[in-house]
Amino acid sequence: MTAFIVHRIWQALLVMLVMSILVFAGVFLIGNPVDVLISPDATQEIRQQVIAQYGLDLPIWQQYLHFMTSLLQGDFGRSFVYNMPVSELVASRFPATMELATIAVLLASVIGIPLGVYAGYRPDGWPSKIIMAVSILGFSVPTFWIGLMMIVVFAVEIGIMPAGGRGDVVSIFGMPWSFLTIDGLHHLVLPAVNLSLFKMAMMIRLAASGTREIMLTDTIKFARAAGISELTILRRHVLRLISIPLVTVFGLELGSTIAFAVVTETIFSWPGLGKLIIDSITSLDRPVMVAYLMLVSLLFITINLAVDLAYAVLDPRMRQRGGK
Amino acid sequence: MTLSLTKPRAGSEFWAEFRGHPAALTAAFVVAVIIVLAILAPLVAPQDPYDLASLVLRDARRPPGYVGMGGYTHILGTDSQGRDLFSAILYGLRISLQMGLVAGGIAFAIGALVGSTAAYVGGRFEAFVMRLIDLQLSFPAILMAFVVAALLGQGKSQLIVALTFSQYAYFVRTAHGAAAAERRKDYVEAALSIPMSGWFVVTRHILPNALPPLIVVATVQVASAISLEATLSFLGVGLPPTEPSLGMLISGGFQYLLSGRYWISIYPGAALIVLIMAINIVGDQVRDQLNPRLKK
Repeated sequence: MTAFIVHRIWQALLVMLVMSILVFAGVFLIGNPVDVLISPDATQEIRQQVIAQYGLDLPIWQQYLHFMTSLLQGDFGRSFVYNMPVSELVASRFPATMELATIAVLLASVIGIPLGVYAGYRPDGWPSKIIMAVSILGFSVPTFWIGLMMIVVFAVEIGIMPAGGRGDVVSIFGMPWSFLTIDGLHHLVLPAVNLSLFKMAMMIRLAASGTREIMLTDTIKFARAAGISELTILRRHVLRLISIPLVTVFGLELGSTIAFAVVTETIFSWPGLGKLIIDSITSLDRPVMVAYLMLVSLLFITINLAVDLAYAVLDPRMRQRGGK
Repeated sequence: MTLSLTKPRAGSEFWAEFRGHPAALTAAFVVAVIIVLAILAPLVAPQDPYDLASLVLRDARRPPGYVGMGGYTHILGTDSQGRDLFSAILYGLRISLQMGLVAGGIAFAIGALVGSTAAYVGGRFEAFVMRLIDLQLSFPAILMAFVVAALLGQGKSQLIVALTFSQYAYFVRTAHGAAAAERRKDYVEAALSIPMSGWFVVTRHILPNALPPLIVVATVQVASAISLEATLSFLGVGLPPTEPSLGMLISGGFQYLLSGRYWISIYPGAALIVLIMAINIVGDQVRDQLNPRLKK
């Protein structure tokens, strides 16, 4: 068991190191930030000065070493564009993304799972057909398109919703939050729904196919033969069995929702990480790009590690293998 | 001989069941029509949207039904550069389909080969490859595509690399699952003991039998590649402006959407959605028909 945990953590660290090399090498290959930073009619002297200031004249491996040592000290460098420490910049954008992603995943689960269980329970009824058709819609229609339509319908035509921004925020522990003010909530509705639709479609389909397969098994036939009420069957057998994959998905989805937020944030001008990374890619703001990619990698590797370790604790087969 | 007799029968049975579902049949028809239109775009479209000489700025942002300087009716209106939208959409569909099919095809080939080879070789190699694939699958496809596209920059081949990279892992996993089940069957052992070469057994026996689940994954992945391409192009990290795919058309019309010139974004968007949905409905039906667990 301990050997397994040590092995997994070691593996996660290795992956993180590989990611850091890939990200750094990849970022280094895109364009030349000097052209963005310095106006074309600047003198040669100023050019040299700026290049030296950002360490852009050093060989790439030295830049990497320098980058890694400062990374381990929690220093991501300074943003070329905002001229402030990247760690501060990312920290100031992170709450907005976290807030949006959490609410989106909650919405998706609370609405998606009951609809999915119903659609799997009565697959031939017309409400189920509609639910499944809408879920195909949610899968098929790209998020950015739904976002555009939401803005056109609710912000432009009807005019009851703001088209973008975060609205009023309340500061807690030094971080701004939107969901605590009426105006903030008002601004949060469209982007949160937009971000949750894809996940909701996925939850519906997972819950529906799980329920449908379980309903065809002998367990359910015998339970019915024994005279157990349908509601009890649903609650005690179906929900309990499909909850295992759903909980796993829920954990993993929180991470991927943060990644997906890039699209939603761009459309709704939500000042989160996703908007930041798009802006920094277009302006070749290398330190910000590196920091974002490393942060997301770290997030996913941590989530995976946590899921694996949780399985190791929960699954008796894994426990035994590790104990050898 | 038996093989050549059973194969078409399985195919026609499949087709007979498929025909019984009007929604799936309609969707298949729509996909076919879109593919034909995209291939024939240069013949069908009233204007070549790449030919800058034929663009008249005075015709820009005209509503559907406007008769422009070219003397023909712009049935879907024109965009901000005076391009005929109907023509632009046909050419856009061409690019979108091309990206989806090429990326999906390459991912299919890599996935099928790597997955079935891993299952055939087994042992440490299999464990190592599948561990890598699991790791990659834990990152969402859109993030993978986004990162790779951002790192490589704009361009057709760069985008194909990004899309392929974000999708091949799904094929590897599916091919591995199906091939691992086939590997254990007696006929594979029999073929190996004749002896036939490993390569021959993998390509002639294991792969063909692992094909049905791969086809299901392929339909879904082509649809998602098209959607990903549009998303990346919309965000500005996909295709360059010289390759006006559907995503570019939509993003070009976004600013006019707010001022009521709806057609520049809406029609390309509608074309994109119809295409993706039709492919997904076909894929759904194929999956249901191939899933033995749903057969009563």
